Amino acid sequence: MSARLLVEALRDPSSVRLWNAKAWNGVISAARAERLLATLAHRLDGADVPEPVARILADACLDAERDKQIALWEADRAMAVLAPLGIRVILLKGAAYAAAGLKAGEGRMIGDLDILVPRARMDEVEAALFGAGWEWVKPDPYDDAYYRQWMHELPPMIHRERDRMIDVHHTILPLTARRTPDAEALIVDAVELLGGLYVLSPEDRVCHAVAHMLADGDLAGGLRNLWDIKYLIEDIDNIFELKSRAALHGLSSHLNMARRLAAHIYEGSERPLSLREQLIRDRLLGRDGWGKESNKLLGLGFYIRSHWLRMPPLMLMRHLWTKWRKGHRPV
Amino acid sequence: MKYQCMLRIGPAAFRIGSAWAEPIEALRRLYALYPQPQDAIADYTVRLEPAGVGRRCWRPSVRIAGDHMLPDAAPMALRHGLLAVEMGMNLQMALGWRRHLLIHASSVEKNGRALVMTGESGSGKSTLAAMLGERGWRFMGDEFALIDCATGMVHPFPRLVSLKNRAIEAMRDEVANADRFGPLMEATPKGDIVHLVPPESAIARMVEPAKPVMLLFPRYGFPLDQRPVGQGEAFMRLTQASTNYVALGEQGFQALHRFVSGVPALAVDYEDGEQAISAIDALWEALP
Repeated sequence: MSARLLVEALRDPSSVRLWNAKAWNGVISAARAERLLATLAHRLDGADVPEPVARILADACLDAERDKQIALWEADRAMAVLAPLGIRVILLKGAAYAAAGLKAGEGRMIGDLDILVPRARMDEVEAALFGAGWEWVKPDPYDDAYYRQWMHELPPMIHRERDRMIDVHHTILPLTARRTPDAEALIVDAVELLGGLYVLSPEDRVCHAVAHMLADGDLAGGLRNLWDIKYLIEDIDNIFELKSRAALHGLSSHLNMARRLAAHIYEGSERPLSLREQLIRDRLLGRDGWGKESNKLLGLGFYIRSHWLRMPPLMLMRHLWTKWRKGHRPV
Repeated sequence: MKYQCMLRIGPAAFRIGSAWAEPIEALRRLYALYPQPQDAIADYTVRLEPAGVGRRCWRPSVRIAGDHMLPDAAPMALRHGLLAVEMGMNLQMALGWRRHLLIHASSVEKNGRALVMTGESGSGKSTLAAMLGERGWRFMGDEFALIDCATGMVHPFPRLVSLKNRAIEAMRDEVANADRFGPLMEATPKGDIVHLVPPESAIARMVEPAKPVMLLFPRYGFPLDQRPVGQGEAFMRLTQASTNYVALGEQGFQALHRFVSGVPALAVDYEDGEQAISAIDALWEALP
């Protein structure tokens, strides 16, 4: 099981000394699938690896560096548009880790730019971005209406010249989700960085990563999210402040679960996991020697769960029916 | 995966896994002369998977998967399995390769000097490279030319030549050894396809770079004509022909700038292969 070897290497870089070619091939594929190859490269920096592996890891580092450079430039461009309106650009996820120079940002691949702005100013933000070259990615009326009514973000926008996406959030979980984080508190307590950009407070960074991983979505990419969480928690000075912050956002149980999973997977903790945590662990570690999801049924189960988490049953049925008629099928 | 093999093409190493035996057997035969990856470690994994539940046996249908994937790639028939492997390997290179500036182009070499040909699909760049490879030139590749960002040299990527439609007959006339041809795959999404094993010496010299001295933009199906292409136009067309120009950032720009500044470029229209080859020979003779 390559995902198990991958987390072993992330936990203890010296473990790779004993690996044969088969192990390496599997781990490289699994790490690519989990978007953790550059993270692995950083962890193994200086370790004794075979020459072809060193070349592959060097390429991955180059990609991560480029992602970082582009993400920071996109953040700068968003700030140039929103600062004149007096709106703070609060960076989320990868771009935030890169901008703040966090350990969680080392070797992290960054996709879209995610920012948080006050809900009351969403219309202004949308208009300003539109005027500065961003446009809709999905011009589908149902999706558009769905995003606006129920989601925690605007429909994704893409910049027509730079071809980069931006997700504008007003909170960190869909409005239909069971939990309702305190978006106002997130914004009020955001921390200013040198240069005028903002990131969430250290406690809120953990809360967001935890909500993103466990209260939303189907855990695809969860291994990477959990790696983020492990390092974000290391930045916390006072664990009690983190706990009370999670309680404020209604995420206490999610935080506890994330801490147990991170300890189990990335620190080798022997503490037994609950049945639900075991299922999540199996889902996270379900990559075979070819980088392929080894338990499709479990993946489908979590896909269904992600919808269940997102909406009440009647709404879910209506949503699935609409999507089905539009030709959408779960993979 | 149940069936697998590994192979090296130029500087890149691949691991191919398949749910079916046939594509792997065909690969083993056609890539028999190619070396194995250093330390048996692959840069990329390509997987041929059943495209849905039960599609391994019932109307077998292949999904091309691997380290780098396209989310909406159409599944392919198992009888086109070799093409699926080719497309899977191309995809890994196009999306993942970072050690050179990768240009969608064919290339051939003589006396350490390389001719690079680029153009849209159907321009004939692949067939011309294959033909020249049988006529005293070293075949370096029909799909990707790899430009070293530090030295400016072209590195070969001599995978199997992918002959399409009329190029198949043209190359059967050129190559006497029937063992060098793969099976005929009819009515693929790209037309009829037959793979051709490059000459043995081209495979043996697959890591030997050459200095680029001429860039051609061939165009098949037009009356014989040629015109010089300015550096600006060549640069813009090559950015479009490169799959990793953007990903390489500044070093990609530097490499391409150096390439178009140092290598004269011409557009050549032609109506048949012989005509194009005479034109190329004449241009080559006229080089300083």
